[in-house]
Amino acid sequence: MLSNLDPVVLARAQFAFTMSFHIVFPAFSIGLASYLAVLEATWMWTGRQVFLNLFHYWLKIFAIAFGMGVVSGIVMSYQFGTNWSAFADKTGPVIGPLMAYEVLTAFFLEAGFLGVMLFGLDRVGPRLHFVATLMVAIGTLISAFWILSANSWMQTPAGYAVNSDGQFVVADWLKVIFNPSFPYRLLHMVLAAYLTTSLVVGAVGAYHLLRNPHLAGPRVMFSMAMWMAALVAPVQILAGDQHGLNTLAYQPAKVMAMEGHYQSHSDGAPLVLFGLPDQDAGRVKYAIEIPKLSSLILKHSLDAPLPGLDTVPRENWPPVPITFWSFRVMVALGFLIFGLGLFSLWARWRGTLFDSRPLHIFALTMGPAGFIAVLAGWITTETGRQPFTVYGLLRTVNAASPLAAPAVGSSLLAFILVYFIVFAAGVVYILRLMGSSPHHGEQGPSGDMPTRAAGITPASGVAGQGSLS
Amino acid sequence: MIAAIDLATVWAFVIAFAVFVYVVMDGFDLGLGILFPLFPAKADRDVMMNSVAPVWDGNETWLVLGGGGLMAAFPLAYAVLMPALYTPMIAMLIGLVFRGVAFEFRWRTTAARNRWDIAFAGGSLLATLAQGVALGAILQGVHVEARQYAGGWWDWLTPFSLLTGIALTIGYSLLGATWLVLKTEGDLRDKAYQLSWYLLFAMLAAIATVSIATPFLSIQYAQRWFTWPNIILVTPVPIAVAAVTALLMRSLAQKQDSRPFVLSLVLFALSYAGLGISMYPYIVPQSITIWQAAAPQNSQLFMLVGVAGLVPLILGYTGWAYWVFRGKVRAASGYH
Repeated sequence: MLSNLDPVVLARAQFAFTMSFHIVFPAFSIGLASYLAVLEATWMWTGRQVFLNLFHYWLKIFAIAFGMGVVSGIVMSYQFGTNWSAFADKTGPVIGPLMAYEVLTAFFLEAGFLGVMLFGLDRVGPRLHFVATLMVAIGTLISAFWILSANSWMQTPAGYAVNSDGQFVVADWLKVIFNPSFPYRLLHMVLAAYLTTSLVVGAVGAYHLLRNPHLAGPRVMFSMAMWMAALVAPVQILAGDQHGLNTLAYQPAKVMAMEGHYQSHSDGAPLVLFGLPDQDAGRVKYAIEIPKLSSLILKHSLDAPLPGLDTVPRENWPPVPITFWSFRVMVALGFLIFGLGLFSLWARWRGTLFDSRPLHIFALTMGPAGFIAVLAGWITTETGRQPFTVYGLLRTVNAASPLAAPAVGSSLLAFILVYFIVFAAGVVYILRLMGSSPHHGEQGPSGDMPTRAAGITPASGVAGQGSLS
Repeated sequence: MIAAIDLATVWAFVIAFAVFVYVVMDGFDLGLGILFPLFPAKADRDVMMNSVAPVWDGNETWLVLGGGGLMAAFPLAYAVLMPALYTPMIAMLIGLVFRGVAFEFRWRTTAARNRWDIAFAGGSLLATLAQGVALGAILQGVHVEARQYAGGWWDWLTPFSLLTGIALTIGYSLLGATWLVLKTEGDLRDKAYQLSWYLLFAMLAAIATVSIATPFLSIQYAQRWFTWPNIILVTPVPIAVAAVTALLMRSLAQKQDSRPFVLSLVLFALSYAGLGISMYPYIVPQSITIWQAAAPQNSQLFMLVGVAGLVPLILGYTGWAYWVFRGKVRAASGYH
């Protein structure tokens, strides 16, 4: 049965499936690690117990999310070889070192200090423990730096040459690392991770405030999360706009797919709000358009001409329907998040931040919005790069391993089965932890360790305070 | 025959080092998982899990460095070996998923704890078997044509690769048992001593069988070990194995604390050196040498700077993490 299928399509399905599961966890743990560092620093600075309670509360959730990120990440690091061996051979000299640096500067840093962060507060004291938390948080950001550099190089390759074996080799490391789309992608993704986390934290806070608006922990976390959403969402919209302009300059076909522009427009292209892209017919059916707005956004001029996919050879077209729709999902969610931020500012100004049921219900329903937006954004940028793995240089069909369909088909089925069992259980455990509200004397993952009975204090001079307050 | 020390050779040692550190560090915690079914009591399992919980993630990072480093330094070898080892690699990854999440999940549920214990043990066993089978499949060589793997997707499965799979399972179990001797006390430790004895004998049998079988795989291996003057250079390896075995037996008989674990690691190091002697200078035996697979010099050099500067730092803070969680893990001080 499986042997009738195209092994490259199966390999792409497997990569897309395992990647989509994986990306959710780092997107959350990048933001959550930074949030934990802020909580611990605030606890040490103010000595207020509520921050330590919140720290321990989110640390337990972080432990599960991080564990799932690690195991799904190891899968990714080996799939370049197992399923994309031609890609690995050809781009190894360029991409390989970037990933090796990710392991050396980020993965080890995170993993090395994670144990102390999770279980070591009693053993090393607050100061060293904070250093460990900070190292984990910095590690997640360094990891984002390298992997997004590698991905960006595949989108906008620079600083390379090609050798006699057909391999990409490096001519200029700085141009490889800081390739044209990298700064935009890095900023856009890190902000997305922070927004994703703030929406989750905000939703958990809102959930508990809906049941009891007087709990200290949920009030603090909800307020912090809403500040984050209100401040970062507008910045993210600007960053996304700049990222889009960069894409227009380097990957115009991707922007044509995002916009649904099959046809060229000589004096002002319309913004297609919705419609049904028909790849075979090469047009968007039932399009609802705003005249000239696309030219205004992309070229900052109403009458600027915009070329369409009719200027691109058909064999180089990205799959427009997927790119078109995933882009709309991302943008719509971005504006909803912006709206939530504005709503929270209004409620804060009126003094109803902790009592406004509509705000809490809105925040609760927006809990998963960051994850969906991140996935939609990645689907946009990755399908928009097709039919290439290295844009314009290496086609996806030429990047795959020489494997028969049954091999890839069975592994794909195995991954689907295993991931649904394992990650469904993990999500249930996380939701269960979120369902209980952070309470007085909250314990970290080191839970009922008897040695903790004495309590701990931020400043060594005020013994006993930890167990009292 | 061998030119002056060049970058490719340096990188071969770097990758070999990363893989060895992985085997040392993840070996005992995978072994612990394999031994899990022999310790049915919840209290014992809590202690076993706690003894590796703070460090397992760092241990597995060496596997990522081994894979990532191979792709970066020897992209051709990575591109040929990974499809050749497709099924064992996927099996290993799935095994690691199950056992990795079990570290967190089993503390979050009472109803399904037993299921995550099975996932931990089963995942550890699957990952170990897969690694051992992969090792055997590499040693027996793979079919390469035009810079690509050209064999079928079951080529890896032979009696020899099954043998190395079982051998590695025994080896990791020995590391797990001696780790328990080091980290536990009381009845649990007594049982670990007893297991260490059985596993040591099984390990010796495994080393002997693999050593006898390997020269039959290829004339190159036989020549490497049994021709003059190589024989003089390589005989210290089996002699050292015998000496270390004697020391290990003595340390077990005297019920010493840390020495059984350390000596088991030395035994691993010697077996590993034996593998290196058999393979060098091939990275894909009988078809691709380290020089043929090497990435361009500037790629290897760019990374070497990072490795030279960062690996000592990594070993430093990893050592610190082990130091923070040093000493016996007690049943009462379960970390969850």
